[in-house]
Amino acid sequence: MKELRLMKGNEALAEAAIRAGADAYFGYPITPQSEVIEYLMANRPEDRTGMVVLQAESEIAAINMVYGAAGCGKKAITTSSSPGISLKQEGLSYIAGAELPCVVANVVRGGPGLGTIQPSQSDYFQSVKGGGHGDYKLIVLAPNSVQEIVDFTRLAFELAFKYRNPVMIQSDGIIGQMMEKVELFEQIPRVEPDYDWATLGRKNGKPATFITSLQLQAEEQEKVNLRLQAKYREVEKNEVRYETYKCDDAEYLLTAFGSCARITRKAMEMARDKGYKVGLLRPQTLYPFPVDAFNKLAEQVKGILSVEMNAGQMIEDVKLAVNGKTKVEHFGRFGGMIPSPDEILNALEQKIIGG
Amino acid sequence: MSENLIKPENLVYKKTDAMTDRVLHYCPGCGHGTAHRILAEVIDEMGIQNETIGVAPVGCSVLAYYYFNVDMQEAAHGRAPAVATGIKRVFPEKYVFTYQGDGDLAAIGTAETLHACNRGENILIVFINNGIYGMTGGQMAPTTLAGMKSSTSPFGRDIKTMGSPLKMTELVAQLPGTYFVTRQAVHKPGNVRKTKRAIKKAMEYQKLNKGTCFVEIVSNCPSNWKMTPVQSNKWMEENMFPYYPLGDIKVPEEK
Amino acid sequence: MTEEIIIAGFGGQGVLSMGQILCYSGVMQNKEVSWMPSYGPEMRGGTANCTAIISDEQISSPVLNTFDTAIVLNQPSMDKFEDAVKPGGLLIYEKNGMTRKPKRTDIDICAIGAYDESVKMKNTKVFNMIVIGGFLKIRPIIDIENVIKGLEKVLPERYHNLIPLNEEAIRKGMEIISVEHKLN
Repeated sequence: MKELRLMKGNEALAEAAIRAGADAYFGYPITPQSEVIEYLMANRPEDRTGMVVLQAESEIAAINMVYGAAGCGKKAITTSSSPGISLKQEGLSYIAGAELPCVVANVVRGGPGLGTIQPSQSDYFQSVKGGGHGDYKLIVLAPNSVQEIVDFTRLAFELAFKYRNPVMIQSDGIIGQMMEKVELFEQIPRVEPDYDWATLGRKNGKPATFITSLQLQAEEQEKVNLRLQAKYREVEKNEVRYETYKCDDAEYLLTAFGSCARITRKAMEMARDKGYKVGLLRPQTLYPFPVDAFNKLAEQVKGILSVEMNAGQMIEDVKLAVNGKTKVEHFGRFGGMIPSPDEILNALEQKIIGG
Repeated sequence: MSENLIKPENLVYKKTDAMTDRVLHYCPGCGHGTAHRILAEVIDEMGIQNETIGVAPVGCSVLAYYYFNVDMQEAAHGRAPAVATGIKRVFPEKYVFTYQGDGDLAAIGTAETLHACNRGENILIVFINNGIYGMTGGQMAPTTLAGMKSSTSPFGRDIKTMGSPLKMTELVAQLPGTYFVTRQAVHKPGNVRKTKRAIKKAMEYQKLNKGTCFVEIVSNCPSNWKMTPVQSNKWMEENMFPYYPLGDIKVPEEK
Repeated sequence: MTEEIIIAGFGGQGVLSMGQILCYSGVMQNKEVSWMPSYGPEMRGGTANCTAIISDEQISSPVLNTFDTAIVLNQPSMDKFEDAVKPGGLLIYEKNGMTRKPKRTDIDICAIGAYDESVKMKNTKVFNMIVIGGFLKIRPIIDIENVIKGLEKVLPERYHNLIPLNEEAIRKGMEIISVEHKLN
């Protein structure tokens, strides 16, 4: 039976993690995502499924606990918000380098520095371009509703294990804090890991397993990088996800992700009411980016406005995707400010339709 | 193969199965090899080779996972106790140990070390203290003695500006989460035997779920101390032991 | 039908839970709903507000600048949100503690003495339920039975004995709300 609930995005993420059969959560409180660990602590998943929940002494410790559990083949997750995610970058680089599966959620707030606790999308570069050192990629999912928080949490674990790669759920203060109706999926049982890459304890007659991201010889490290790159090409081939609204007859295109896409959709409806043929493309995966979808629409529309709660980050990927075929402009509010539909419509008229 | 030539009753020495056949990369005279060996022997003697997961640090023993014939994870610098926490929490029935040097455990990983001990994680932490950064070429460690020269304290450690050598082991002994805390050495046969007994006790305590066991091994670094192995052991006895006295610091109360 | 509501007041007046109760009630009536709190430093005392949207259609933006209805429970909230009501919209204000009357003439304006009423009922905790009652009297977008069902969802079981009191408060609010300015 479908289970319908009214939930906050952060709580829904926690509940979805339990139901996805997660084995462990390690985290550290930070606004605006503390409800994740609060919900987990209150709901005692150790009694429901045997899932471990631990408040770590720091973001750094939390991501390294995830590393340890993931190295044992377990489904591990941590969540934080921007300043905390910066602290986790070292761990993410090691996890990507050691090819371990895990899920990390960033409920983004305004930066730089301590910034503000209000919603933002200014961590796009950090998530998509690799915030830690080295040539690595996170698979980045951008939910735009509480329902997608639930669905993407489950999907994140699936992708993490399919590719043995960290998956980032890029939420923000709006999606994390708002309440909406959600349909929860049924409990997926936790499984005992049986992977040859995991440290499960040595098996008789087999050599011991070790997990590392270190190669002393450059030749060997290049091979590791080539293997990673081949994996990323597979991800790009298989895992692109996006949604389009009213793009069939569109002369102008709006694009936005996450919560900002909700506001932009309202602006699109207002533009349609004014008689403009406007469509909306919403990337659901920020990496891999929907390059082909943009490229195709670029041949149809007279211009694209990338609406972001940042100073212009996704626009760089949009420009690369359309490769000069059409005009691409950016409109953004940042530092925790949220654009209004009127502002977006105004920017569309100024920069794209009239420009 | 040679084993087959020797009748079991004549066998006086056998390499433990808990170590691989790889040749250790450690410098001649370094204590790491002995420390590895006795930890591996304990694992072998307890028959827990398939039940043990180790965590290697960053430092000279970064490649420890090549030498221990048990499943291992290589942690980022200082994060071994957090990684070990992650492992132990999802595999509470496994034996989990970290093997860390002074820079890893007492500088960049101080927070992870103290908090793992404070939570009383049921793991064994083996702490090799030689008062210097070996792998990176002899820089000052948190445990470098006052006045001791290193490449980043070329005129000797000035405690006024560089702080005093950190007694990590005494520090963690204060925490209710630790169960057994001891400081040993591996430079003489008697010390080797004592250290092995300590490690064995610590591993056995892990079954009791009573808290963190912490074994410091005061060791030498002939290469970066710029001494012969023999000189370095003598220097260690004369300079390190007075500041880092050997012996048990916290022992479980006998019932 | 889409009703976009801002509810604002002091922390402790039950501002956030009012929005949640309206949304739960909306779910009970098969509506689409969204609730978005202000979660700034306001959380720690001072003013708090939340946006509640109840609609027959899928809700696009959960964050709004203008509203169909503003429910303001203190003077700073009236000052901040009076101008955010769409022309033809509704402003409901709590009488207690206000230093001025609303100035807008292009919207409906209602006043409610929910605080005084809650004192009369000897339970100031039902203050926000009285306000909800007043709102539903003017904008009957949700049936009272569904509000009760919503309350059953929100409240932990041990507080279910308080539901009749809350129902009484809602009905009281419906009685005491007064229209101060009505368009056309």
